[in-house]
Amino acid sequence: MIAQQETRATPLLSMRGIVKRFGSFTANDDISLDIHEGEAHALIGENGAGKSTLVKIIYGLLEPTEGEILFRGKPMRLNGPQEARAQGVGMVFQHFSLFDNLTVAENIALVLPGDAPISALRGRILEVAERYRMPLDPDREVWSLSAGERQRIEIARCLLQDPRLIILDEPTSVLTPQEAFALFETLDRLKAEGRALLYISHKLEEVRRLCETATILRLGRKVGSCDPRQESSRSLAALMVGSAINDIQAPSTRAFGGERLTLDNLSLPSQEIHGVDLDGVSLRLRGGEVFGIAGVAGNGQSELFEAVSGERLAESNYTILLDGVSVGLRDITARRGLGAAFVPEERNGHAAAGDFSLTENLILSRHAGAGLTSRGLINFDKARALAQEVIKTFDVRKAGPDPAARTLSGGNLQKFVVGREILSEPKVLVINQPTWGVDAAAAATIRQALVDLAARGASVLLISQDLDELFETCDRIAVMHEGRLSDPRDARNVTREEIGLLMTGDGHGESAHAH
Amino acid sequence: MTSEIFQLVLMTVVTAATPLILAAIGELVTERAGVLNLGVEGMMIMGAALAFAGAYLTGSTTLGAICGMLAGVAMAALFGLLTIGFAINQVAAGLALTIFGTGLSGLLGAGFVGLKRDRPGHVHIPGLSDLPYVGQLFFGEDIFVYIAFGLVAGAAWFLSRSRTGLALRATGDNHQSAHALGLPVRRTRFLAALFGGACAGLAGAYLTLAYTPFWSPGMTAGRGWIALALVVFASWKPWRVVLGALLFGGATMLQLHAQAASIGLPGQLLSAVPYLATIVALVLLSSGARKNATAPAALGQAFIAPR
Repeated sequence: MIAQQETRATPLLSMRGIVKRFGSFTANDDISLDIHEGEAHALIGENGAGKSTLVKIIYGLLEPTEGEILFRGKPMRLNGPQEARAQGVGMVFQHFSLFDNLTVAENIALVLPGDAPISALRGRILEVAERYRMPLDPDREVWSLSAGERQRIEIARCLLQDPRLIILDEPTSVLTPQEAFALFETLDRLKAEGRALLYISHKLEEVRRLCETATILRLGRKVGSCDPRQESSRSLAALMVGSAINDIQAPSTRAFGGERLTLDNLSLPSQEIHGVDLDGVSLRLRGGEVFGIAGVAGNGQSELFEAVSGERLAESNYTILLDGVSVGLRDITARRGLGAAFVPEERNGHAAAGDFSLTENLILSRHAGAGLTSRGLINFDKARALAQEVIKTFDVRKAGPDPAARTLSGGNLQKFVVGREILSEPKVLVINQPTWGVDAAAAATIRQALVDLAARGASVLLISQDLDELFETCDRIAVMHEGRLSDPRDARNVTREEIGLLMTGDGHGESAHAH
Repeated sequence: MTSEIFQLVLMTVVTAATPLILAAIGELVTERAGVLNLGVEGMMIMGAALAFAGAYLTGSTTLGAICGMLAGVAMAALFGLLTIGFAINQVAAGLALTIFGTGLSGLLGAGFVGLKRDRPGHVHIPGLSDLPYVGQLFFGEDIFVYIAFGLVAGAAWFLSRSRTGLALRATGDNHQSAHALGLPVRRTRFLAALFGGACAGLAGAYLTLAYTPFWSPGMTAGRGWIALALVVFASWKPWRVVLGALLFGGATMLQLHAQAASIGLPGQLLSAVPYLATIVALVLLSSGARKNATAPAALGQAFIAPR
């Protein structure tokens, strides 16, 4: 009886009391979990909860400080990822571990043991691609591929090693809804073959769709495990964050004012080798409105942000209007002078200078308005007071009174950067990916601030890949695909599927990419 | 008869190109792994000094060449220790290596200034080497020339065809990904840097053993820097390095003949012609193919493994 129970219950992978410390920081504190064959096990938690550290230990990239790992009941000590792969553990990375200037086949060949010529590998790649319905061209160079295609390389690379346990780290964060759907079909097939999946995500709907077990981490500790199918997304979120997350409070009445930001047939060839040309982008944004731009990354969103913010000047002065004034050929400072504010996607190095203090970072974008300078000299007292106001209003958590920007966590720095612009009470705010890699609480604060700003009569142009965010905050949504912008849709009368179709280019009346 | 002279001129062009090919192919492999070693000049001149010393003391050109390579390897190991071991800035360390090599070679070579050796003999293959017009050019060079071209062919094959070469290119393209996949980033880079050192040392050895068979301080005369420029303008492609080096060799010989014929231009200006011509030609070449002319993406970045 006991013996029978043991054979049935011997897990494929079992972690016992895993502790990982980096200096005085404890990233994983006494974590235990079991994964069985054919099981999809979710690992959920906020940014910084220790999910990535834990899977890096399983994949042999990090050594645990304490605790042991059993694989099929036997202790497993790994000296690097090659050994993990040899034992049957595969990993699909969140930030793809691909090489842009190598071909698909070369990327895959790198991790396979043996020295078979790459030409021989081509057939095996096509075979796996066929079996799991993941179209792949072995001879393309990676830089020319979309995020979805890149992920297929990662998965194919993993599958060619015939792994028993596949770790997936936030696999859908860069995919369109359709690509995510295709991924789930592949994952279901893998599960049916008896492979175990360890699925890291903070998208709770996905976890409920795919997984039978979930382990929840918070601040490096395991705070519980559950069957996600028996829970609601709300209850899972509460477990993950440790408290309930407030919903966005939309203003009860909406009144739209006059046109504040107008793009009139804006076209701009890209200067980058692998960039996207803007092709006849038009939009009219009224006061009091949050306008969302959805789309898969790399379809011209950063180019659009550069053109609207004035980082790159347009070809004609009349293609961009701020409050009725043509600004296409005027620089960022001139546009700020007209009441516009901009928050770029990259926090460190673009929105903020990492080694500068928060006060200095405030001056960087607010120097023109706010009376911070006179006769070319900086009024530091005033700047410091303003920075403290931002910190207080947006609850920016930091060490010391005025630390360097790079010492803040992603969410806190983002709150500072957004707050810096919002406190200038801009008439037009253009913001790119405001909650990318930001914890749920900070994301909620930022989204609420955007909605509140619009309620005070400003226009907000929100570029985002996060459909949940767009539906939560926007009045209208348009989709960017290959440098063209679709007609805007009313956010209350459009479904995610429609937006998803537009993201793949289908809704533009074109054929889908031939794969 | 004039065509025989023409062949001799072409042979001097190849001779002038050979040290550049040797140094540049080593640096190319180093850079493809993501390591920018600006110390080529320093490794080269150490190779030149110690190769001459070694050859003079043992009487063997082969042993001299080995001494030169070992000198380059030692210098590269120092560079690797600093930049790959301790993650020191590669530009600063490379510049320091050049200054250090220039000084140390002067010190170690001081006792050998003014001494002379005989040039090594040229290859002779009965029949082939005696062919009219091209026999000497293709089958009668000194052995270093064949080694240089062999190294280029070997490096081209290694980088594009072998699995290890693929791992090396991957390391230079994205060291974070390479580490995440378990490729030995630091070991690959260190070995690539050592190979670059050996090649630079051999290039120096060629200068004192075959090109001008004596040693004088500072005799590399900026060839290490030209080799570095060749790698960039050749878009990190092995065979283009050969093209650029031959062009440099050709321009060197042309200006020498122009000086001898005293055409009325100052000698200093004419001496600068090969450097200018090479850079101009390679800029034109690489700007025509900009889409493919991408540097290894992780070039010059220090890698610190997260542990």
